[in-house]
Amino acid sequence: MLTETLLAWIVVGAPTVLLCVLGAWSLTGRRLSERFMARAVQAAIVAGLLASSAILTIMLVSDSRHIVIEVGHWVVVPDYHFSLRFMFDRLSVPFVILSYVLCGTIGSFGSRYLHRETGFNRFFVLYAVFLLGMVATSLAGTIETLFAGWELVGLSSALLVAFYHERPAPVRNGLRVWSVYRVSDAALLMAALMLHRMTGEGNFDALMGTGSWPFGEATITGGQALVVGLLLVVAAAGKSALVPFSGWLPRAMEGPTPSSAVFYGSLSVHLGAFLLLRVSPVLALSPLLCGVIVALGLTTAVLSAITERVQTDIKSALSYASLTQVGIIVAEIGLLPPLLGPWACYIPLVHILGHACLRTLQFLRAPTLLQDYRLLENAIGARLPRSNALLQLLIPRPIQIWFYRFAMERCYLDAWLDDFVVDPVLRLFQSLDGLERRWTTFLAGRPSHPREHVQPTATIFEER
Amino acid sequence: MSELHFPFLEAAVLVPLVGAAVIGWVRDSERAHRLAIVFSALTLLMAIGAWQDFAIIHAGETHPSVAHDRWDVLSQIIGDQVLVVDELTAPLLPMIALLYFLTILTTQKTKIRRFGFGLALTSEMLLLGAFASREPWLVVGLLSLGTIPPYFGLRHRGKPTRVYVVYMSLFVALMVLGWALVAADYDGATAPAWAFVPLMLAVFIRSGLVPFHTWMPDLFENASFGNALLLAAPIPGAYAAIRLIVPFAPDWVLECIAYVAVATAVYAAGMSLVQADLRRYFCYLFLSHSALVLVGLEIVTAVGLTGALCVWLSVGIAVAGLGLTLRAIEARFGRLSLSGYRGLYEHTPALALCFAIAGLASVGFPGTLGFVGTEMLLDGAVDTYPFVGAALLLAMCLTGISIVRAYFLLFTGSRHTSTVSLRVGWRERFAVIVLAGLLVGGGFYPQPGVASRHEAAERIRRDRAGLFNRSLEHYADQMPQDEQPTHFDPVARTVNVADRKVR
Repeated sequence: MLTETLLAWIVVGAPTVLLCVLGAWSLTGRRLSERFMARAVQAAIVAGLLASSAILTIMLVSDSRHIVIEVGHWVVVPDYHFSLRFMFDRLSVPFVILSYVLCGTIGSFGSRYLHRETGFNRFFVLYAVFLLGMVATSLAGTIETLFAGWELVGLSSALLVAFYHERPAPVRNGLRVWSVYRVSDAALLMAALMLHRMTGEGNFDALMGTGSWPFGEATITGGQALVVGLLLVVAAAGKSALVPFSGWLPRAMEGPTPSSAVFYGSLSVHLGAFLLLRVSPVLALSPLLCGVIVALGLTTAVLSAITERVQTDIKSALSYASLTQVGIIVAEIGLLPPLLGPWACYIPLVHILGHACLRTLQFLRAPTLLQDYRLLENAIGARLPRSNALLQLLIPRPIQIWFYRFAMERCYLDAWLDDFVVDPVLRLFQSLDGLERRWTTFLAGRPSHPREHVQPTATIFEER
Repeated sequence: MSELHFPFLEAAVLVPLVGAAVIGWVRDSERAHRLAIVFSALTLLMAIGAWQDFAIIHAGETHPSVAHDRWDVLSQIIGDQVLVVDELTAPLLPMIALLYFLTILTTQKTKIRRFGFGLALTSEMLLLGAFASREPWLVVGLLSLGTIPPYFGLRHRGKPTRVYVVYMSLFVALMVLGWALVAADYDGATAPAWAFVPLMLAVFIRSGLVPFHTWMPDLFENASFGNALLLAAPIPGAYAAIRLIVPFAPDWVLECIAYVAVATAVYAAGMSLVQADLRRYFCYLFLSHSALVLVGLEIVTAVGLTGALCVWLSVGIAVAGLGLTLRAIEARFGRLSLSGYRGLYEHTPALALCFAIAGLASVGFPGTLGFVGTEMLLDGAVDTYPFVGAALLLAMCLTGISIVRAYFLLFTGSRHTSTVSLRVGWRERFAVIVLAGLLVGGGFYPQPGVASRHEAAERIRRDRAGLFNRSLEHYADQMPQDEQPTHFDPVARTVNVADRKVR
């Protein structure tokens, strides 16, 4: 057990040390050399990858399905404790290895792609935050630890979308991503607190019963599972850009290609599905909840597939292609385990692993897409075939036009959110602000505001 | 009552008073600034001394008592222990002193003629005196006097004062009236319930709870940023509530405060999203955060109350970080609006980093000082009233969006061109590193802070339970033998009456 504990410390400690080194240095205002940063990232990722692979080997050799490493109580007072607990099982180990492999690949790619870029330091500090968030989320043994990692991933994602921050468009999109993530975080935290209240524990072992993943049995009732499960579905939908939050995913492509690849092609976009897999014993308690998940997944897949067909830039097309697969994965999570039994959770897990690797490769090749097309067409001596010719023949022209517009407007999801959620809220508070100003002016007997009243800036929330 | 090894409390209160007197004689503003730095640094050292001395004296004790100064001159004059330190105030005193020290330290040369250092030190003395006192009338008096320096600050700047005067007069009148009514009873234990209404309204006004908050955005718009920050950031309204209301008031008063505070947290968070003026934005952000502390006071479970007290510390420091960052930006670029992108990151990356860290800490982001406190507060809230927990989450969600929105508007979105260097000086860098260190260090190693706040929470609960039991004894004489109450359980908030439990 000592070996496993030591290895677990390396798996979690490597990204933590990386973040501390890069972050502390940034705080002093000094710049690290590109070479040092690239090597520090490589060293941390290699150390973490080797340690996590070693744990996997130990688990396979000893036929152990479930290793829990208690780091100890981070905070403990009577009636409350916050434990740091990491869990190595058949869900977390593949996911953490995937995180290390893809982050290593992208880190190496990024150090060349961003060579001499002004924000090189900033990119890798945020990259370290992301890596730590992914590792913490993957290995979390308590729902609070999972939440902490979840938030780190969200912050780094939003700030990397706004990486080219001297232009307004990436910043607007970064804020959009962050806003959706905050809703997702709030839903996850509420679910965590409710689970805590229902079971008195935050440990996944206690929440999901004694069996190791995916064979645990949750100890709450079906009704409780439905309430908590719906909150978890909202959290997953925000993080994985499921309907109705899908609009942020193409916006996230404003970031540099390396971060687009690792965040929205492979790791971050699958975190929602990971969360649903982690709590699969809770989902199993409520058929209605499973139905909601299947419907959400299929709707996302269909709408994304429609939207993807009209995208004119490769990164947006790839993002919607990713989303289609994520929708299918989510539908698998809701459909297969109730039909085939808990072992069927492995199917979406394998789907995640395969899809993440493929999509990362596609994103990394995206900047050289035209070159790749030319090579292929030269090799076959003809234009590449167009795949949608049959659909054009089968579907009447007016319907095609309607679908085209529907797809171009990205299924009106963003417009719907803006019209029915964002704008009314902003308008309400703008009116209240006006009322308050009139009250203080009345009380002061003259305008007591040193500046002319400037109209609040609702437009920065959306790109119009 | 135990005794400190040195009269730290008297020194912490008298040093800024002496400093204010000395500065009153100095005409050269740069010299006044240097003297103010020295006196505020000495005050900070004394406050830290009181905190650490208290911790050393009571190390290992489960329920540490209150401590007073050695060679307590004031008590010999007045005849009672005037200045004391307990679990609640031990870390709050250095926090207040730190806020004043950093605000004075980072005042730019362009602003030192307008920033009243003497008034700031006087205000520090009054606030430290109020926080170091458990004597209710003294708390009432010092909090009332503390409203005067900002008034002179406004007049000195030639700004309208009527809104401030109206609200603060009402605050002082209600607080004095309320405490007079409560104190008519010998220790507040049997005061009639309606007597707490004026006190409750006074707390609403001083804490800027909706709908009694409009004086605060007005003050932030008109007063100097530093003075407004120092008046608000230590959250004296919460202190007044803890000293004057929580130990004595019936449950419905606390519930009323909590519901109004929840509404304020959500309302102010929403208002911060639509503000176009930087100072108003900051004010609403602060109001939303400070309301969380008051919400926690009603959640009389140990976990919720501990969370609220942790949030008090984290919000105090985080809001100071945000405020000092915005003040530094104003010193360079003048009053800014949030109606467009400023793109200041390239010129002031340290301020951008400080703003980001402080902003995230204020919403309880993982790895910062506010994380565990916020978790505990929410845990307590969901445990007591799930819908209160949901409302708090909504407020935090909105403030999180609002902070990143302001960060993007101020530091990104365009490229600011300047012919002169706008980078931070060593004083501002020192402040940034100290605040970031506290926010991140406290986030990575939260145990001492949380344990200390838990002790404070237990003391508040014990005080409340003690008073409640005394009030039960008072009424017990008038009740039949089999109906006599026997015990108050502060956790379940029930009274054992014979074999029954009454909530």
